[in-house]
Amino acid sequence: MEQVLLSKPQAGARRMPADLADRIFVHGGQWLLLVLLVLAVLLPLLAMLWRGFASEPGQGGGLTAAAELFTSANFRWLLGNSLAVSLTVAAIVVPLAYTFAYALQRTCVPAKGLWRGISLLPLLAPSILPGIALIYLFGNQGALRHLLTDNIYGFWGIVIGEVIYTFPHALMVLLSALALADARLFDAASSMGASPWRAFRSITWPGSRQGVFAAFCLVFTLCITDFGVPVVVGGDYQVLALEAYKAVVGQQQFGRGALIGMVLLLPALLSFAVDLWLRRRQREAMSGRAQVYQPQPSRRRDLAFLAVVLLICAALLGVFGMAMYSSLVKFWPYDLSLSLHHYTFSELPGGWQVYRNSLLLAGCTAVFGSLLTFTGAYLLEKTRQSPLTQALRLLSFVPMAVPGLVLGLGYVFFFNLPGNPLHGLYGSLTLLVACTIAHFLTTAQLTASAALRQLDGEFEAAALSLKVPLLRHFLRVTLPICLPALLDILRYLFVSAMTTVSAVIFLYSPDSLLAAIAVLNMDDAGNVGGAAAMSTLILLTSAAVSLLLAGASRGVLRRAQAWRTTAGH
Amino acid sequence: MATVSLQLRDIHKAFGAFQALDGVSLDVSAGELVCLLGPSGCGKTTLLRCIAGLERQDGGNIFFGNRDVSTLPPQARDYGILFQSYALFPNLTVAQNIGYGLAGNSRESLRARVAEMLELVGLKGSEQKYPGQLSGGQQQRVALARALAPAPQLLLLDEPMSALDARVREHLCGELRQLQKSLGITTVMVTHNQDEAMLMADRIAVINHGRVEQYATPQEIYRAPATPFVAEFVGQGNWLPYERDGEHARVGELSLRLHGVRPAERGRLFCRPEAVVVNPPVHEDNLFSAQMREITFLGNRCRLSFELDALPGHALLAELAPDAMPRLGAPHIWVALPPRSLQVFV
Repeated sequence: MEQVLLSKPQAGARRMPADLADRIFVHGGQWLLLVLLVLAVLLPLLAMLWRGFASEPGQGGGLTAAAELFTSANFRWLLGNSLAVSLTVAAIVVPLAYTFAYALQRTCVPAKGLWRGISLLPLLAPSILPGIALIYLFGNQGALRHLLTDNIYGFWGIVIGEVIYTFPHALMVLLSALALADARLFDAASSMGASPWRAFRSITWPGSRQGVFAAFCLVFTLCITDFGVPVVVGGDYQVLALEAYKAVVGQQQFGRGALIGMVLLLPALLSFAVDLWLRRRQREAMSGRAQVYQPQPSRRRDLAFLAVVLLICAALLGVFGMAMYSSLVKFWPYDLSLSLHHYTFSELPGGWQVYRNSLLLAGCTAVFGSLLTFTGAYLLEKTRQSPLTQALRLLSFVPMAVPGLVLGLGYVFFFNLPGNPLHGLYGSLTLLVACTIAHFLTTAQLTASAALRQLDGEFEAAALSLKVPLLRHFLRVTLPICLPALLDILRYLFVSAMTTVSAVIFLYSPDSLLAAIAVLNMDDAGNVGGAAAMSTLILLTSAAVSLLLAGASRGVLRRAQAWRTTAGH
Repeated sequence: MATVSLQLRDIHKAFGAFQALDGVSLDVSAGELVCLLGPSGCGKTTLLRCIAGLERQDGGNIFFGNRDVSTLPPQARDYGILFQSYALFPNLTVAQNIGYGLAGNSRESLRARVAEMLELVGLKGSEQKYPGQLSGGQQQRVALARALAPAPQLLLLDEPMSALDARVREHLCGELRQLQKSLGITTVMVTHNQDEAMLMADRIAVINHGRVEQYATPQEIYRAPATPFVAEFVGQGNWLPYERDGEHARVGELSLRLHGVRPAERGRLFCRPEAVVVNPPVHEDNLFSAQMREITFLGNRCRLSFELDALPGHALLAELAPDAMPRLGAPHIWVALPPRSLQVFV
């Protein structure tokens, strides 16, 4: 037996100074991440603050201009409009989404997957699409114009458009808030004779009200910073986000744009801080010993919820179906015969080039973004904690609190500085990719971190003791196990990049025009049919890629079934 | 490369204000199995992680043989480690797991080594299975094979039995010890379970609050605990507060004869329950009258709870074979606390 130990297998001469490769991977990676985050997140934001307070002539910035702007009647009117719209939308969306989420998580409604898929449709298209559909439905020549006494353009048009646009965002937050429940609590409640309503008030509501608050904040922030819907159906009803957009893009008033950007940053920062604080207070709500709640069928309750779900899904399908249908109509409303002539995009300078740009942007964003965020999350989660990792954690949280509009403004101010050595990137697709990754960084990274935290914390220690370089371990063990999460991130980044308008609208050049922006431009130029066609194209592309990746994910899971189904981790 | 001795010199480690290791020194001879035993939070796992290089000690030195590894990264130290969770990679087969640390070998020699290791741990033919398809005990063996495959100088075991149920545990303890002996590999094992430590170790280091309280063979630890903590932590015991009375110790009204020690002014006497003699047939030293309170049946033994008549309200324990157990019906008994079995602590 002694022989077993003595016969040391050949270690191979290529083994370098033991941990050099690991150090390069870990520390090099962390510092690289820091540089990227500073360049892509921190400096643009600082540039925006600086622009807002610097008083350059003709830019509308500086403290005097700020005082003038904030006290003007016009600003107060814009602010009032923005607040009214955002609060109304949040007040409508959150109860709807809560009911929908409750139906999916806590009742026995049939065909849950189908309803869930339909409800997420708005995520797959630019936010302008609901606006366009509304014009075809209720505009001056709309199909259902006679149902309304008033014009759709204005307050209610914006509200309905935003409701559709923000619904899936709120729904996702509330689905996860209602996902887990401890069955023992409900057993205890019913054994004490509590009615279902009482059980809801004392168990379900306290467990999910933080999610309700988070959803409310999210919807409010999305609304107040969105200008896609107001641009299309706003009419004379103006809001702040639109004003910032016009100040920068239309009037080259960068200082004024920055000032409004800062105002728009406030609600996001505020709700982010409160949300973080609430989350810290409500940490150990679900203990490890809890039993997962499984809803029992109840005919009356299930039917009632099914009715609500059907109604919402029908509305969504109606809106998106209308947009698709209108993109095929030859000349609304005079010639209703179907044709594909809107899909030639002959009015766009580059025609289909715009779509190819978007595909390239979404592809690059998805591939580079998912690798970057996943590797970054690995370097944060599985290495020794240090001031550097703390700083990285903090920095990678920032994009979540910064609306795309504000980030885009920051990019303009930072990368458009004549003295910036990176100035050459301005207007290029590379910068658009960087901006899009930065914009959606936090969600992607949180997904990666959650997946990584489920892995045994000793995996890395085991690899080290076996003298396996960390990078090799990352590629051979960590990545394969987390492949489904990686595909999830890939899908999220692709779809987001395909549909985003808010950040990139300040950064494109004629060569790098994107499909989602072209929708806005075409609509602005009165080519609503073309806008609808391009939106439909984006929607179909996003849906196809999502389905493809979902299929790939399923394939991966099936191939790995031998170890996944039985693995005890 | 054969196995080596291990020396720890004055290891210190603090986490913020918490002193996890406070000057630990240990010598482990080549081929020896040493258990680090202590309650949770005592620093034993931290010590193991320092030996492994997974934590860096604040002060002190670690030697593998005469090689100072104190500042070396884990990859440069040459040890194998078995984790509490086994940390088997679920996406790799048993063969791939065992071969994980064998990079740089030809395919043939790698396959031969994996087969050799699987035979060693008695899992021949499981090459293509995944860890999730194995039982807990089998997973432990695969993890052990993986740790031993690169023929390390030293084997570290971090609570290796805690994920197993009690029946498998004792069996695997014996097997692991057998394997360790036949390989002759120096081994350090962390455990909070004294039975495991007793069963397996050549020597046990009892650790408390980051210090080694006693480092000795299992027999010594049990028979002659060096500190009250060791006495209390390992096995059961009776404690009697005393005051000095010449050569004797006075407990309440009783005077106890001691063996070969001159007691301090005041302190505590310690006595193992199985050393207490119940109803001796002939006269013994320190024989006192007592009342039985309770009998607990433990299978091969019985535990008897009693109170000395001169010390009411102070429950003491005795352990004896079930046949020797007096009837509860007549609660009055005589108990002897033999002087040799009494230990004195301040």
